[in-house]
Amino acid sequence: MTFDAQVVQLGEALRAEGVAIGTSELNDAFAALSEVPWAVPDDFREALAATLAKSPEDRRVFDLVFDRFFFRATEAEAIRQGVREGGLQAGEEDGITGGERIELDNLREQLLQAIRDGDDAAMRDLARLAIAAFGRRGEGSGVLGVDVQRIRRALGLRSEPGGPVQDVEAPDPPLTRDQIRRFEAHLRRELERAQIERTQALPPSRPLTELDRALPTGPLQDLAAVHRVVAQLKRRLATQGHETRGRKRHAHVDVRRTMRASLQTGGVPVVLKFRPRRPRRPELYVLCDVSTSVTSASVFFLSVLHALHDAFRKMRSFVFVERISEVTDVFERERSFRAASEAISKDAGVADVSGYTDYGRVWSEFLTQVEDDLHPRATVIVLGDARTNGRDPRADVFARVAERAGRTFWLNPEPRLYWNYGDSVIASYERFCEAYECWTTRQLEDFVKALTRPTWD
Amino acid sequence: MSATLPASVDDVHAGLRAAGYLPGESTALVSYLAARLGKPVLVEGPAGVGKTELAKALSRYLDRRLVRLQCYEGLDEAKALYEWNYRKQLLRIQAEAEGTGWDAVQDDIFGEEFLLSRPLMQAIAADEPVVLLIDEIDKTDQEFEAMLLELLSDFQITIPELGRIEARTHPVVLLTSNNTRELTEALKRRCLYLWLDYPDTEHELEIVRLHAPELGDTVARKLVDVVHQVRELDLKKPPSIAESIDWARALLLLGADDISQDVFRETMSIIVKHRTDLDTVAERVGVRLAA
Repeated sequence: MTFDAQVVQLGEALRAEGVAIGTSELNDAFAALSEVPWAVPDDFREALAATLAKSPEDRRVFDLVFDRFFFRATEAEAIRQGVREGGLQAGEEDGITGGERIELDNLREQLLQAIRDGDDAAMRDLARLAIAAFGRRGEGSGVLGVDVQRIRRALGLRSEPGGPVQDVEAPDPPLTRDQIRRFEAHLRRELERAQIERTQALPPSRPLTELDRALPTGPLQDLAAVHRVVAQLKRRLATQGHETRGRKRHAHVDVRRTMRASLQTGGVPVVLKFRPRRPRRPELYVLCDVSTSVTSASVFFLSVLHALHDAFRKMRSFVFVERISEVTDVFERERSFRAASEAISKDAGVADVSGYTDYGRVWSEFLTQVEDDLHPRATVIVLGDARTNGRDPRADVFARVAERAGRTFWLNPEPRLYWNYGDSVIASYERFCEAYECWTTRQLEDFVKALTRPTWD
Repeated sequence: MSATLPASVDDVHAGLRAAGYLPGESTALVSYLAARLGKPVLVEGPAGVGKTELAKALSRYLDRRLVRLQCYEGLDEAKALYEWNYRKQLLRIQAEAEGTGWDAVQDDIFGEEFLLSRPLMQAIAADEPVVLLIDEIDKTDQEFEAMLLELLSDFQITIPELGRIEARTHPVVLLTSNNTRELTEALKRRCLYLWLDYPDTEHELEIVRLHAPELGDTVARKLVDVVHQVRELDLKKPPSIAESIDWARALLLLGADDISQDVFRETMSIIVKHRTDLDTVAERVGVRLAA
């Protein structure tokens, strides 16, 4: 197969994994390749990455696919041409030799050093030795993942939380999980290579799993993602209406634009241009369900609420379970999310007796508290699962809230599939508001788009 | 112009180094490709990893003028591309002698003489090739991005009254983004992509040494280690390379020869910029330093 075709196939493989690659990207890739030496692996890879993968997520997928693709391509070629490992003799099945004599301690020592240095070449060699030492033929389980873990355990490699990899008195810093993962990748690859050589056939290719694809992030970084989305929301809200309302009925003449326009009439300002009116800051009323049925979601919602408070001055927040409680001042006082959520769970006093949500009561309490303040420019956002626990949903009261406010949104942390099953009564509220499912940051972004879509005037 | 084009990736690497910027592997390669292929580069990464600095270093290395367009919300073409100098146009009309024909005047006041060129126009129209830095493109609206497309793919600007202005020279274009907003596919399609991340320990150590050469070896190493530890924590704003450098300079100024717990507590506000973050860092890293 020609080399061009290989690169185009790599593009195909990336497309199959959802990376958007157009013909122009491939053209760019070839243009870039004509400028770099192909024989240098890093340059080759980076040149392709710079032209094909255009976001951190795509880059991660690219790296995985790239490794996989060229590994397979090389192996396929090796099989075709009948290339085999040099030292292979009859009876030796896994195609790796020379490891038997090496001492375990020595091997581990070298390996730790290589992993710590991030020396890929050394890691690869040592992975082969380790396979030879531990992955005795016949003992291999046939499942790569199992073999990798077995060898890793045999080498005594463990990542940080479980304690240092080596003896306690070792002065070296413990290995991080990422370092170990990198070595595991080498192990896996060498095992796979040996397997291919043994069976003389490529295993069927499989698509990346979600787990492979996801960027390595901790749950705490989800919070950062929420903050990012909300920052976007803030910016969209701040600029919205600039173009839709604005340049009408105004007292302030924009001299510059008037003069500019007057050129059409020879410098006589016939048409006056006015300075655009700054849009009013939106007023938000946010109601957040914090009952047990939405426990996992309420952390998400509270962080949305918290981030919104950073962004809007005219915003009032309420939390509710059976009753409603205004927490605007808690969020204003507490800068840190953790402190705020603690304060709310301690002081809000929203659960009366049962701890079950009572939407009907919440609406009437909300209405008495804010009825006079609601006006057509206000936006009401409800965060909740609309599970009434069999109580009266009082959709009529909710309708009055929606009627008085300019816009009403409902964010439901349940997938749409579960809506209106069991005690969920979202349908009766949905008539008066726009309801969105919202359990990922992507959906939150969709909501942001809907929220900032100009609808009035 | 072609005389200033770099010959190989290693050239770029060495050149950027000489210009006081220590590029990572991919940085040098992508810069090289950008210069050779004449494609714009979209540089993304967290704040303070040297995105803007890369553009400056490139301009020093290639010995080209740096034209910078700082993006912000509401930036429009009058501020980015060009604007008619209406005052001058007005004067021209009023100074007009009686009886000059309409056509003559009209031709006249929409000439290049009455055009105020803004950064993008300057970059295009410059006689010498330049480095064009479009900073924080993610701060603008999508409409502005769309306006850039013509410039980025064909290096030309169309002015309705004048016609098309094509680039006399080929600028090296860098767009930076903090990734706060997803940029449009159309824009990404026209660019090479470079993701700058926090560097690994050795690389950062080198950078710190470059910017604070007088700092002792052990202190520098410890500094970088601590910064890396701090980055591991869940912070609102993890310290960037810029902050490591600031910290190194501050330590120099204080004459500290070791990062003890006290020194750390007093100076950590240089690398950590949120009150809540300060508490977390003091708790987690400060204690470890004592041991």
